[in-house]
Amino acid sequence: MPTKRSAVLVAILVTAMLVTACSDSSDSTDKPAELILMTHDSFALSAGMLEAFTQEYGIPVTVLESGDAGTMLSQAILTKDNPIADVAYGVDNTFLSRALEEGVFLEYESALLTNVPVDLAVDPRVTPIDFGDVCINYDKAAFSTTAPPQTLADLTLPEYRDMLVVQDPASSSPGLAFLLATISTFGEEGDYTWRHYWQGLKDNGVLVTSGWTEAYTGAFSGGGGGGTRPIVVSYASSPAVGVFFADPPPADAPTAALLDGCFRQVEYAGILTGTDFPEEAGLLVDYLLSVPVQEDIPLNMFVYPANSAAALPQVFTDYSPVPVATAEMSVETIERNRETWIDEWTDILR
Amino acid sequence: MDRHSSLTTSRRWGIALVAVPLAFLAYFFIYPLATVLVTGFTSNGNIDLEPLRTVFGRDALLNVAWFTLWQAVASTLLTLLLALPAANVMARYEFPGKRLVRAAIVVPFVLPTVVVGSAFLALLGPQGPLGIDLRQTIWAILVAHVFFNYSIVVRTVGAYWERIDPSLLEAAQLLGASRSQVFRRVTLPILRPAIASAASLVFLFTFTSFGIILILGGIGQATIEVEIWRQATGLINFEVAAALAFLQISGISVVLFLYSRYQERRAVQFRHQPSQSAPRAITRGQQIHVVGNLAVMAVLLGAPIFVLIERSLRSASGYSFDAYTGLGDQISGLAAPATTAIWNSARFAVVATLIAVTIGLAAATVIAYRRGWLSRTFDALLMLPLGTSAVTLGFGFLLALDAPVDLRTSIWIIPIAHAMVAIPFVVRTAVPVLRSVRHRLREAAAMLGAPPERVWREVDLPLVTRAALIGAGFAFAVSLGEFGATSFLALPSNPTLPTAIFRLLGRPGTESFTSAMALSTILMIGTATTVLLIERFRRDTPGDF
Repeated sequence: MPTKRSAVLVAILVTAMLVTACSDSSDSTDKPAELILMTHDSFALSAGMLEAFTQEYGIPVTVLESGDAGTMLSQAILTKDNPIADVAYGVDNTFLSRALEEGVFLEYESALLTNVPVDLAVDPRVTPIDFGDVCINYDKAAFSTTAPPQTLADLTLPEYRDMLVVQDPASSSPGLAFLLATISTFGEEGDYTWRHYWQGLKDNGVLVTSGWTEAYTGAFSGGGGGGTRPIVVSYASSPAVGVFFADPPPADAPTAALLDGCFRQVEYAGILTGTDFPEEAGLLVDYLLSVPVQEDIPLNMFVYPANSAAALPQVFTDYSPVPVATAEMSVETIERNRETWIDEWTDILR
Repeated sequence: MDRHSSLTTSRRWGIALVAVPLAFLAYFFIYPLATVLVTGFTSNGNIDLEPLRTVFGRDALLNVAWFTLWQAVASTLLTLLLALPAANVMARYEFPGKRLVRAAIVVPFVLPTVVVGSAFLALLGPQGPLGIDLRQTIWAILVAHVFFNYSIVVRTVGAYWERIDPSLLEAAQLLGASRSQVFRRVTLPILRPAIASAASLVFLFTFTSFGIILILGGIGQATIEVEIWRQATGLINFEVAAALAFLQISGISVVLFLYSRYQERRAVQFRHQPSQSAPRAITRGQQIHVVGNLAVMAVLLGAPIFVLIERSLRSASGYSFDAYTGLGDQISGLAAPATTAIWNSARFAVVATLIAVTIGLAAATVIAYRRGWLSRTFDALLMLPLGTSAVTLGFGFLLALDAPVDLRTSIWIIPIAHAMVAIPFVVRTAVPVLRSVRHRLREAAAMLGAPPERVWREVDLPLVTRAALIGAGFAFAVSLGEFGATSFLALPSNPTLPTAIFRLLGRPGTESFTSAMALSTILMIGTATTVLLIERFRRDTPGDF
């Protein structure tokens, strides 16, 4: 049956044609041809940063971007047995417990951990790289004659009616962080729980958007997108970033962060279980925690370095001080309750 | 002897024409999809249908399924209602700037939803021109769905409409039929296959709607597509995600099956007239009809586009082209200058177009020359990827494509995924062209003794070339705007226009925002130009899209 065979041949040829010329599978020799870093799509470092690693160790670094942090973790779990990368960076504390349960990371202790505050390092399998605080931000111009809110509880008062915009915790990472901040602040039990608080916000006209972009650049009056609401859930670093990227830079930050009731998101890096090069992967983790990279992080990813030896950029120290008291919640508690809390929140706000 | 060998050759060709698209689809669609479903339904090595029971047992998830269905039906009906009169205008009347309008209406179709979503938020908010707040209502979703899918109906149905022989309608009128009778008894039956074809595409797109639901929908409002994403990446619950993916693909399959059955029964043979130079609107009623529909287009399609362009020109000191002139510089947040994204988009679009046209033409040949079971199944099968969630497919690639060659993180997967989305458009453009030649020329040539290859070379090839060019244009435009298919892969940084726009929108600062709007405008201009070029080829060629 020559016809059948040629059909199969054609099929194979086409497939082969489409798949060739694109792989460079690394053999497990003594030194890797490259190290692959998988991360989320907010990852950014100044040009030349990763090349400096290559210069020092002779190993090129390829960065794989894979959607948001949740998408990246799903991918790491799905490819656990045959990983697509050597190091993953960007899993945060709202997802960490799940990542550890799935066993995607190898144990590793970086020598640089001595410079990292102990409360950030929660498990020997992951290394904290940076943290960011999700806080209420407000547009100063809207509060030139009246007082801006001082606490989370203030946001249910009539003077702040129809002013707040938040993100849906079901679809947004800062949205989830803010929900966790309110749960931590108002608690699960008692006369006034986080559920009462959210009912209060709803009665006071809170606007919910699907993501950070729609809230900050769409609905917020200080985000440059022509919005009208002067209070928004964003990051403690947002005021500094607003100043840094304004042209010309304003004399003072047009927005400010409310340092009460913030939630700290800590981002971790870890060596993926199936890597052929755990030792070199460790070098890359160390490099992410080294002072040059740590000092480069704030103005590229708008988060704070985990290494306390790294100096903050001037604009951060001027306009975006690190919140001192932030909501505390263990990664296990978050993992255990995340889905229930989101469902309950949805029922209240719907 | 000659006759015998040529038959075998053509047989071989015939098999290759079936095998090539099938192999592509099998390896890049069915295999990854099956892997995802099997992984989701397997626990401890056994197939376990518990996740499906979970989905059917939870009210919230059943509500998602119900909402998905009814909003898709409503969106499809509303799109038909608004776009069918416009299809008539485009088919039957001549007016200044018609070609430009025909090209411009395709622009919304390829715009990334993140971009359009922000324009709609501005237009439908309390400060918008309507003055009422439609955000987070079903109306916002419906209007946005009409915006995206309007051109599918106008172009698909319009192309048929302009080829209905006017003498047919005149004859009916002479025989005493009223205008509405002519429409119901003559025009509508002829248009039905085209309407069904357009409606099935609109249904597919709205059934699997993602960005629009997320951005414009209310709290807790989700399509199956959104819920798959939320379960898989937000809750890392792959089992429920797989069950939902199964539900989604089943729903789509049922619709595609009904559609192909319908097409088979309804297929009305009518003679394609070469499209005629349409008359200008003469009576007052006709003028109102034409102007009215153009006004609908201007408001519905023009307003959101205008908002985007206006925003791209904003600067600290009024309006300027700063956002455009700055695109060659390093923009914070982008690994490379935005011009790199433009270049990448063009490169991927060229490769995607080559793949889509090769596979699409092979498939179109099978569908056009062989009626019946094979043809129908093929058509429906090629449309399935359009109705499959991006998360499912993206994760399927990651699970399945690691051997024999590891394609999981290869940039080749980008044009391949784009091609998969573009193939149905190539097929739908090429099939009518190929069918139109069949009756007259092919048979005449064969009767005059030309061997099949020669018939193909001298009769079919010139038409195939033209079909290929039109199909290529659409494949190019679809690839330029495609975002969903690759957003759940982990790839080395190769920003395309849509991904760069998405990334810029996710960062604070006015500069990022205006740059994103400028890139959106460039994307729109690129699309409109491509479609305008296609228009040069498509005159006198019947086409579905």
